[in-house]
This record gives sequence, C-alpha cells and structure tokens, in this order.
Amino acid sequence: MTQTADPVAQQKPALAPVILLHPEDNILVCVKQIHSGDALSIDGEVITSQIDIAVGHKIARTALSAGDKVYRYGAPIGSMTDAVAKGEHVHMHNMKSDYIPSHTRSRQNKDRSES
Amino acid sequence: MNDAVSFSGWQRADGRKGIRNVIVVAYLVECAHHVTRRIVNLADNMDVHLIGFPGCYPNQYAYEMMRAVCTHPNVGGALLVSLGCESMNREKLLSEIRASGRPAELLVIQEAGGTKSTIELGLAAVKRLQSEAAKVARVPMYLNELIVGTICGGSDGTSGISANPAVGRCFDALVAADAICIFEETGELIGCETIMADRAITPELGEEIEACVAKAEHYYRVMGFGSFAPGNADGGLTTLEEKSMGAYSKSGSSPISGLIKPGDIPPAGGLYLLDVVPDGEPRFGFPNISDNAEIIELIACGSHVILFTTGRGSVVGSAISPVIKVCANPETYRRLAGDMDVNAGRILEGEATLDEVGEEILQNVIDVASGKRSVSEELGHQEFILTYKAFEPIGPSCLPVRQIQ
Repeated sequence: MTQTADPVAQQKPALAPVILLHPEDNILVCVKQIHSGDALSIDGEVITSQIDIAVGHKIARTALSAGDKVYRYGAPIGSMTDAVAKGEHVHMHNMKSDYIPSHTRSRQNKDRSES
Repeated sequence: MNDAVSFSGWQRADGRKGIRNVIVVAYLVECAHHVTRRIVNLADNMDVHLIGFPGCYPNQYAYEMMRAVCTHPNVGGALLVSLGCESMNREKLLSEIRASGRPAELLVIQEAGGTKSTIELGLAAVKRLQSEAAKVARVPMYLNELIVGTICGGSDGTSGISANPAVGRCFDALVAADAICIFEETGELIGCETIMADRAITPELGEEIEACVAKAEHYYRVMGFGSFAPGNADGGLTTLEEKSMGAYSKSGSSPISGLIKPGDIPPAGGLYLLDVVPDGEPRFGFPNISDNAEIIELIACGSHVILFTTGRGSVVGSAISPVIKVCANPETYRRLAGDMDVNAGRILEGEATLDEVGEEILQNVIDVASGKRSVSEELGHQEFILTYKAFEPIGPSCLPVRQIQ
C-alpha cells in the first residue's frame, strides 16, 4: 500500500536500471545501481545479475566473443578481448580501445614505472 | 524568440562587449607569483582575478594567450607583475593591452623595491584600474554577440547520455540565435573524426578536421597516454573512443563552421571546433595537463561563459569567464549539489527530458550573462593555468565563413 500511496510512483513505473542508447548497440548502460542478485530485463528476457554494477557501467546485451566490436550510441567504441555472456559486465577486464590503450592508476604505460 | 533576449554588457573601446568587468592581475613568471597572489588576496574582490604564466623561457603561444586573455571582453583592466629578468615581453604586452583601450599598469619587482613595496604599489594600482573600469559604459547585449565554450571534465558513463547531449541541445538553440559556440579537445574526439567531418560546411574544412584529429592521435600516442583518466574508468568508461563519442555530443547537431586554434576569435555566429593539440612533434609535454588549460584556451578564443559537464564531479571554475557546471550523474549530484548549477542526472531518473535540461542550461547562460553569479563563481573559483605549447597558424580552409564575407 505504501507504494501506491505515492502519486508520483503511480504515474511513473519503476525505471529499468539499464538503458539501450541505440538499436544497433550490443551493450546496455546502467543508470541506477545494480546489486548482485537483482533481476534485469534484457530485450524481454529476465537475467539475474551476479555482481554489483555501478551507474554508467556497461553490460552485454547479447553474448559476445573476443574480437567482437562493441557498439554504443550506434558507433564502435572498442573490441572485446574476452567472451562474455548476456548481462555480464563489459569493461577494462574484457574490452580494449581500437585506438590508444587506456591507463588506470595501477596499470600505467608499459614504458613507465607502475605506481 | 531567443534572438530577442538581451542583457546588459560592458562596451569595450575595441568594439567587443563583455558580461563581466574583471581586473586581471598577472604574474609574468613564477618568481612573481607570490607577490601577485598577495595583491589579489588583499584586494579581496570577486572581480579581481589572478592569472599568469610561470615560465622564464620565451614562448610565442604563451605571449599570444596572455595578450588574448588580458584583452578579453570580460576584462576591464590589467596589472602586470614582472620579476624583471624573465623573457615575457612585458612592454609589448602592456602596450597591446593599452592599445585595446583598456587601462593597464606594469610593476617590475626588481625595480619596485621588492616584495612588500610591490604589494603596496600593486594594491594602489588595482584601485586605479577599478575606478577606470567602473567608467565603462553599459550597453544592451544580445545572444548573437555572445561566445559560449564547452568542455567536459571528470567524465563517466553517464556524461554522454545526459549532460553532454543536453549541452548539445543548448548549443543548437544558441547557434539558431546566431551566437558563437565552441567545442574542443580534439584528443577526446578520436574516433569521431569521420562523422564530425561530414558536418563541416565545406569538404576542405572536413579534411582539416580529420587531419587535426589524426594529429591529436599521433601526439597522444607519442606521449604514451590517451586523454583518459583513471576516474573515467571508475565511472564506467572503458576506451578513449567511448569517452570521445560521449564528449562529441556536446557539439549538438549544427553544421561545423570552422576549425580554430587557441586565441583565434570566430568571425561569425555558428559552431566551431577548437584544436588544442600543439603542432609539430611533441615538445613540451601533454597537450593540456588539466581541464583548466582547455578552459583558458576557450576563453582566449573569446568565450564569455563556459559550460562544463561532469559525471564524476568537478568543482572548478575559472578566472575571467564564469563557468556553469552541468552534472551528468544523479548520484554525483547528490554528493556535490553545492558545486553544481544544473542537475542533468534528472534525465537518467526519468524526471526531465533532454530538451527540458537543454532549455534550463540555456536559461542559466542567459542569467549568468545578465550578471547572476554561477555556483563556482560565487564560491570564488578562479582557476587559471597556462603552460608551454607551439602552434602554427590555421590553414586557409579552416574558416570558410571568413572567405565568404
């Protein structure tokens, strides 16, 4: 009853926590924190997330293989380095740039000292 | 409707109009920084700003940037503070600022008796400059006289979905009102070069745009790092081209009228791309060591106001031109609401549309141009950074508008 007491909640159904930015994309973007065990709806199929996924991060819309181009905004944004199942997290651990390698605090340029 | 919007600007003697009447106090080498900072701190006025260049060795770019920012339409007067032995051509800079019709004074610490007396002389000079600047006439100013720059900083996976395309909607409205809009950071447009070139008003300009992105890619490759910070990855961005596609949406959908370099003032209303990556082989390090280096380059191109989008949450403002901050990520907005002007994260939570937030950003631009302080301005943010760079002049195909006129 508490849910229906809020008129705003009545007008606007709960948001899907992932959004599709372009019909040709093979990833979805998380727009609300996903917790491990949360159910996600991907193109009508319900999948249970095995991990926490933060806002702004990507999940696979379909199963992807190493070498596949990743599409966001309908444009290629890099390639997979590893296979993922539908609904899994797509990020630095399984994807790379087709231009210039990305660096992180722990993974700096190979010619420079790690810090 | 928007072209009828007017606000009150300052009429400069050189014909340009400003939305602020700032006195800049500039150190011409790091050795004069402390004295200059003390003058600004003791002046204790929201419209007295500290700027400067730390280097002792000569650099044409740094000189041109100092000339451009000291004669910016938001600037009503300048005090230059030199140690005395650095290579910045202080006499030429002083005379060029005065030639623009602005009052300007010069103090040389070695000749003025050192730290204490230069600070005293500087405070008196600031007072004189303020009283001169106060005499500048206020005149009506219209959107077609406004230059707006945009930059993103602390981007994350939400930037390209909410704040950046919302700024793009605002840019489309401004360009429709014949304002000048500038987007930049060619190093963060790697991957977008072909689609961007297709928007150029001439095929030759399209070729120049593709060439300048190729130059950026080469430069960053030599440096060993793309323009991609660890925080970008924390926020869900994986690759430079993913970040680029998000950054690119700030440009909106107008045709691209020209390609400019730091210090070039666009000749007519429209959308322009600012090339911020130095020409030639890498010499002086990374193209822009932090966001404020790009903001100052946008300001050197005449930007009266800057639209800054952020996902992870930047807090910066700028000397000379107000910065309006548009937050992409609703969680970041809740953490840093006191530093943000616009909450574009509402788009992700289904509480506002891109068009509504675009309209809100436009209203913020009009309000700030009308004198309202932006959040970072009110908080006293006046960041400024200028480092060594080298540029060749733009090629003949870069500004087709100028050729038509």
